[in-house]
Amino acid sequence: MTVPRAHASSPAEIARASHDPRSEPRAVRIVLITLAIGFLSVFVVLPLVIVFAQAFAKGIGAYLAALTDPEALAAIQLTLLVAATSVGLNLLFGLVAAWAIAKFDFGGKTLLITLIDLPFSVSPVISGLVFVLLFGAQGFFGPWLQAHHLQVLFAFPGIALATTFVTFPFVARALIPLMQEQGTQEEEAAISLGASGLQTFFRVTLPNIKWGVLYGVLLCNARAMGEFGAVSVVSGHVRGETNTMPLLVEILYNEYQFVAAFAIASLLAMLALITLIAKTVLERHLDEGAPRGH
Amino acid sequence: MAIEVKNLVKSFGTFKALDGVDLRVADGELLALLGPSGSGKTTLLRIIAGLEWPDSGEIHFDGENALSRGARERHVGFVFQHYALFRHMTVFENVAFGLRVQPRKVRKSEAEIRRRVKELLDLVQLDWLADRYPNQLSGGQRQRIALARALAIEPRILLLDEPFGALDAKVRKELRQWLRSLHNEIHVTSIFVTHDQEEALEVAHRVVVMDKGRIEQVGSPGEVYDSPASAFVHSFIGESIMLPVEVRDRAVHLNGRPLDLVAEDIEAGASTLFVRRHDMLIGPAGESPLQGAVTHVRSFGPVQRAEIALAESATTIEIDAPRDRDLRVGEAIGLKPRRYRIFAV
Repeated sequence: MTVPRAHASSPAEIARASHDPRSEPRAVRIVLITLAIGFLSVFVVLPLVIVFAQAFAKGIGAYLAALTDPEALAAIQLTLLVAATSVGLNLLFGLVAAWAIAKFDFGGKTLLITLIDLPFSVSPVISGLVFVLLFGAQGFFGPWLQAHHLQVLFAFPGIALATTFVTFPFVARALIPLMQEQGTQEEEAAISLGASGLQTFFRVTLPNIKWGVLYGVLLCNARAMGEFGAVSVVSGHVRGETNTMPLLVEILYNEYQFVAAFAIASLLAMLALITLIAKTVLERHLDEGAPRGH
Repeated sequence: MAIEVKNLVKSFGTFKALDGVDLRVADGELLALLGPSGSGKTTLLRIIAGLEWPDSGEIHFDGENALSRGARERHVGFVFQHYALFRHMTVFENVAFGLRVQPRKVRKSEAEIRRRVKELLDLVQLDWLADRYPNQLSGGQRQRIALARALAIEPRILLLDEPFGALDAKVRKELRQWLRSLHNEIHVTSIFVTHDQEEALEVAHRVVVMDKGRIEQVGSPGEVYDSPASAFVHSFIGESIMLPVEVRDRAVHLNGRPLDLVAEDIEAGASTLFVRRHDMLIGPAGESPLQGAVTHVRSFGPVQRAEIALAESATTIEIDAPRDRDLRVGEAIGLKPRRYRIFAV
């Protein structure tokens, strides 16, 4: 995002800009820029600073101690495992769905696109409740699961399922427009040259969408690690076992362990910052990879 | 390889792209499919390639049923209108693709693949571009690389969809001649689609004129130009003067008045008289089938183009007259078609 003329530094430039019919009067520009920066500072920068300030309030020793606490380590481990599982599954589903939607015509395509977006339009808490209704003791699969001694709710499978559901649209959403724009000509060329379906996918389709895939994975991962609502419903909050990082932050905070709570939160904040940087880099690659005019 | 297409039908929803197409292509022939957009020419090409499937009909390659094989097994080289080069591969890898994806049993060795790609790049005279990426090439270069890539699999048939459609006029002309001489060199049965009549007439051995999913005429460039089989072919190929006439009592009537033209073997009724611009000869006023007055004259190239307001009807026609015939605006002249055709409306 660029703020028009905000970089005009020398007085001459500013003077010229004020006569530029494409630009607003100087006073208006200053007010608008101040408003934008003020808003960003209060709602984005300040909270971020507070997270780190609170985390380090009792020094670096307390910070490290909070992060190496067995409960914290268990939460970090669980979060990574859940994220890896749901990103892996959604990468697979997203690729398949985007491939089907972008490269083929079939009945029910619009319905499929709508369904892919469903997790975005449903509150995560509701998503979590759906899994309780499906896999809970009184749920649809409950008796069968109990008979076979399978634990889904209040355990890793339930958390992974809920997270996968909530993050389902990211990869597919990143790929569908990209693949639609690229069309099917290169695939047709590959097939007429004798390539099999798999060869076409791995040698032609995938290399063309690799930056889009990474983009989808990145956003999917960020959401998977940060998901609270859906996971909160299905986790059961068993300490050291089914608490993910966001859940642990809440528990610690409610127990007035501010340093510990914000230490964990600082990890999530860093994840957000890294995601943001990686996203910017990937977007640059995506723009470069876009086909130029014929 | 000879191709035989029998009664091919293909619809997209309610749109009939192909409406019963029959076609025979001889081995080693260079054939043009010519028609306006929506005439079904590209659909026919894609069905022959196996990229599209017909609703009904048959296709045989040298007598063997081609529809029992997918695009992958047909061994047909296809050159796409927008080249469809693999954008993430170098020119070299693009051309090598067809050789690299072969099953391991028949795949050539790396050295052999390199030799073959080099050969093909030499053939299209672009060996110096081997390490470039498609987006670093000009349109004409991309087109030639796409052709080299299609030829790498030693196709039995070469199909080209609007091969020069996206290029500028000068490059088009060069590539046309180049394609012709390339075909003389490799002799593979080739079909190309175009909406540009000049391209079709200049390059192809035979031209297939299509309209609304049907074949209107198949013939040599001379045949389709000089003896158009239908009103559509006459109006689509070359520039024609078209006059609405009525045939009755074995005479041609324009605006109720009989013209001094023979109309044997033509059904009575409303018809259109077609005359090529250069076939409309200028004669003395008063003694010719058509009368008119010159309203405008432009001279360029070997001819002069004159606008004539016809006395018989309220229309203006354009004719091409030799430059040595002095024409003045306002001059009353007579016109007599040297050759003409009449088609019922």
